[in-house]
Amino acid sequence: MTAVWRYGRPCLVVLLAALAVGVPLWLVAVTSAKPQAEAIKPNLDLPRQWQPGSNYADAVSQGEMLRGFLNSLLVVVPSVVLVLILGAGAAWVFARRKSKLVSAAYALCISGLLLPPAVITIVMELRQLGMANTRPGMIAVYTGMYLSTSIFFMTGFIRAIPMELEEAARIDGATPARIFWRIVLPLLRPVIATATIMVMLYAWSDIFYAFFVLGGGDRATLPLNLYQVASAQLYLNNWHLVFAYVVVMSLPMVAVFLVGQRKIVSGITSGAVK
Amino acid sequence: MADTVVRTRKQPAAQGTPKGVGRLPRAAVHHPWWFALPAIVVFAGFFLVPNLLNFYYPFTNWSSYHADIAFTGLDNFRTIAEDGSLLRAIRTTLVYALLAALFQNGFGLVLALLLENDSRFNRFFRAVFFLPVLISALATGYVFQALLDQDGAVNSVLGTDIPWLGSTTWTLVIVTLIHGWKWMGLSMLIYLAGLKGIPGEMLEAAKCDGAGPWRTFWSVRWPMLAPAVTFNVTTALIGSMNTFDIVQATTGGGPAASTEVFNIYMFRIFGQGLYAQASAMSLVLFLVVVAVAIPLVVGLRRREQML
Repeated sequence: MTAVWRYGRPCLVVLLAALAVGVPLWLVAVTSAKPQAEAIKPNLDLPRQWQPGSNYADAVSQGEMLRGFLNSLLVVVPSVVLVLILGAGAAWVFARRKSKLVSAAYALCISGLLLPPAVITIVMELRQLGMANTRPGMIAVYTGMYLSTSIFFMTGFIRAIPMELEEAARIDGATPARIFWRIVLPLLRPVIATATIMVMLYAWSDIFYAFFVLGGGDRATLPLNLYQVASAQLYLNNWHLVFAYVVVMSLPMVAVFLVGQRKIVSGITSGAVK
Repeated sequence: MADTVVRTRKQPAAQGTPKGVGRLPRAAVHHPWWFALPAIVVFAGFFLVPNLLNFYYPFTNWSSYHADIAFTGLDNFRTIAEDGSLLRAIRTTLVYALLAALFQNGFGLVLALLLENDSRFNRFFRAVFFLPVLISALATGYVFQALLDQDGAVNSVLGTDIPWLGSTTWTLVIVTLIHGWKWMGLSMLIYLAGLKGIPGEMLEAAKCDGAGPWRTFWSVRWPMLAPAVTFNVTTALIGSMNTFDIVQATTGGGPAASTEVFNIYMFRIFGQGLYAQASAMSLVLFLVVVAVAIPLVVGLRRREQML
């Protein structure tokens, strides 16, 4: 039994990885390097004629990729920063103060973990505020939506930080603001890494809320552009462009993950499963 | 704690006065509300308020065809009930959520058990299985459309001609499998974290008592995984009720609306300018999620405490 497990397990893992992850990624990679004629019927064959360069160049020029990239950055980065800073401030108060009002506010603020955002009426509200089809509107929606996640993770994390660290600083005369910036935020680093990756993951790939709030046009983010490229698919059969787009869109997330890999695991460990 | 450190403007009294008189409570000084206020304001303004508005607009005739918004009572609900989309969306979404949660957790747990030990080999393959989480759901949908199309890669490898995404019965199951595939890496990480939290002595003790791998799993590991199961099942079930991208990219809600979950319906109807009707469906989604989430969270918490 143990011998079977010792040699069988790695074989099984490699086989599963090849089938479940390898095949889809292989399809993306080869198709994104094929000329259109070969890509019409997607298959796992190697390209007879390699032209990754011109496909990626087409995706950039026809798919408005650079503009989409910039648009994505302009909404995702501010959203992440706001979610982290506002979330940390709230989590600090929620973790340290004890009263019925605090528990009520905490419960309300993490209700977004379960409740679905009311996307249709968000549009209505943004129109009334003059924020429909704007980046600030999109940032506000993402921030409101993902605050719950960061508050939930951070509150759990701060509760585990000993109070003595704050008290020591207080005796030295530090104000709450100073304690927050100098002690609490730096200690939150692991959970900040987790929250950053989670929020980036959701916001970077979101199309549903972006569709309602931003619509198409000049402010379209990368996923909205991909959707447009792929919707043209019906008439154009441009799998080669779709997959070139998929590769470029995924690379930033893979890079973020590789940088923060260690921390995401420890953050999830301490935040989700106590 | 040294009381002398508590300095507030409202503390003119001399040291001799009784404690608690004429000064703010300590918590208010050390952890003032204004640190939480910006988050509360943004969350309330852009999450709670829209959800509250969602209890009003479904009862109006708000659409791109009316200049003014007038109260119309239950008309929108009557429309979606009579054209069959209400019950269909509820049924489709619940089936989707159940199956997606099942696959996501099943795959995640198996991967976590396979890759439990911290070797370099395992760490590498954990990253490999996490890759789908990093690829956007929309992109995932297109990849599987290319794989499962009747002209697609799977049929070309198998030499078959199966319309994988064309069955009104099975396509829903296939789409939930794709959902499970995309998110299995996240479940795996959380199960790994849960497995790591099981004390080594416990497994040693089970071994000494002569328990085999199966017995150890069912009697020790599985019960000890309860918090991870709670978190994973809840987030998977609730999260997949809010699904959109994968379904839109693979089937667009078809064939014959058999995969039309709540969000696909809203997307379609909103695109037609029928805002109040889409909003009615959004209210139903809200109520269904609440109806599923509350018993689920209460039940799983109770199960954790019993173990």
